[in-house]
Amino acid sequence: MKYNNRGNKATKDGFSEGLVELGRKYDDIISLGADITSSVGMDGFANSFPHRFLSMGIAEQNCIGVAAGLALSGKVPVFSTYGVFAALRTTDQIRISLCYNKLHAIIGGAHAGVSVGPDGATHQALEDIAVLRSLPNITILSPADATQTVQATIAAYEQCEGPVYVRFGRAEVPDFMLSDIDFKVGKAQLLKEGSDLTIIATGHMVWEALLASELLLDIGITARVINMHTIKPIDIDTIINAAKETKGIITAEEHQIMGGLGSAVAEVVVKTNPIPMEMIGMKDQFGESGQPDELMYKYGLNANEIVKKAKKLLQYE
Amino acid sequence: MKKRIADILDLQRISTEIRKDIIISICEAGSGHTGGSLGLADIFTCLYFNLLNHDCNKPHWESRDRLILSIGHVAPVLYTTLAHAGYFPKEELLTLRKLGSRLQGHPGRDHGLPGLELSAGSLGQGLSVAVGMALASKIDKRENTIFCIMGDGELQEGSVWEAAMSSSHHKLDNLIAIVDRNMLQIDGSTSEVMEIEPLSDKWSSFGWEVFHCDGHNHGDIIHTITKAKGITNKPSVVIALTTMGKGIPSIENNHSWHGKAPTKKQLPDFIDQINRSYEI
Repeated sequence: MKYNNRGNKATKDGFSEGLVELGRKYDDIISLGADITSSVGMDGFANSFPHRFLSMGIAEQNCIGVAAGLALSGKVPVFSTYGVFAALRTTDQIRISLCYNKLHAIIGGAHAGVSVGPDGATHQALEDIAVLRSLPNITILSPADATQTVQATIAAYEQCEGPVYVRFGRAEVPDFMLSDIDFKVGKAQLLKEGSDLTIIATGHMVWEALLASELLLDIGITARVINMHTIKPIDIDTIINAAKETKGIITAEEHQIMGGLGSAVAEVVVKTNPIPMEMIGMKDQFGESGQPDELMYKYGLNANEIVKKAKKLLQYE
Repeated sequence: MKKRIADILDLQRISTEIRKDIIISICEAGSGHTGGSLGLADIFTCLYFNLLNHDCNKPHWESRDRLILSIGHVAPVLYTTLAHAGYFPKEELLTLRKLGSRLQGHPGRDHGLPGLELSAGSLGQGLSVAVGMALASKIDKRENTIFCIMGDGELQEGSVWEAAMSSSHHKLDNLIAIVDRNMLQIDGSTSEVMEIEPLSDKWSSFGWEVFHCDGHNHGDIIHTITKAKGITNKPSVVIALTTMGKGIPSIENNHSWHGKAPTKKQLPDFIDQINRSYEI
């Protein structure tokens, strides 16, 4: 396999590193903390640039409005908290104060997915993509590992204009992407060629997709693996090519199936080149407490589930 | 920047003209928020013709004072005042709420109207944005003032108090909130719908310096806001007592005029009432 796990690392650490690098390069970055700075990857920035870190308390709605005011005054604000609060408690503020005003602000959505683990359902962000994806002017980034989260965080500043949501997690997951591969917002990455079917994954399900492609190869199925690190704007061309050149598409995400990556891909496929699809993700349900790997297994968010769906998909022929 | 107008009679005359243009534009639109717009005409006149550091020829001038209208539904008073202050031609006021207009029902910056600081209309968000602007001015050591116009009913939104808490925490003495205290909201009086009193105590317990003024007395408005600008180390709020529908006695203090437009038939009488209110 071309991609090797260099060791497990939390994607939140990638956000933290990316932010510190941005802080070094750009004076106009101001970060807003909502009490949980260290667990959402903001402590590195706060420690390195204390004068550009503003403590705002446990008041997420206010943070988004304050971010809008900073952006209207020439700053690029960064606000990070658990994805459940960053995206859902603040949705109206994101919609009007940030999106409608087209303001460049970076929102970090931490604790994405069930892999948050023992904290349980209240803190597992599983609907953030679905809700935010429907808002005009927003960009949604969902990088595959810690290395790519560094790139995505920097790209959120350098390549974007409006509000950007960067999604990342707490669990230590394989770090396998290469930092010398370009990260281009809106351009999916073809990680592996294949002609039987396509696996389009996001977040750390990308690693599971690579594992699944190896397992599938053992039974003679070649799977194309695509890392959809940008959920919005979605890479239409890459999806259309997959729909034309392979016999089916499987999407995989650590998020509700409803409204997430699977839906975004299906919206393109049905309009352009309809082919059979399977979607892996949370099935309209809440998570629960448990160890990250136990939860990923219980909810079918792993390579084995992708293999199962691949076999089913190819029977449609 | 244009000359500040200090003469009270001149300011009263401008407010009267603004009131007439507010109801003419809302009547033409066929919908809009008449009561609150009329109630704020005197405060907006004082801000744009006396208190604010601004320049209609340089709407993006970095050191300008900022006026954040949190209650986007009273957009007509903002648009009309901006037009009278020279930001765009007054004739454009007749496009209010129409397809393709720069004068959206609630302010929308993406339609390109000069002088708009914020697209707003969802209550309880403006003060947070004003806090962000005030923080940015502190960071950049700009000496400008950020004003935020809020409704009294709007203070029922919890997010307002998150913003209020953060303003005093960060000692934002460059921030002045103005509460349009007309005692009314859509369903009736604020005391019946959801009591917000004791209002002064609420703001002062959140660390704000509290002022009161008569929101229709130009001298009092200017005097009070000038005092508020002198406060250091904490934000100020001016609770301005106003009358919904001010200037048209037959609709004053009637909450059914919160979001109703005058008909073409009513318009001449309403204009007449505004003229007579000015002469008194």
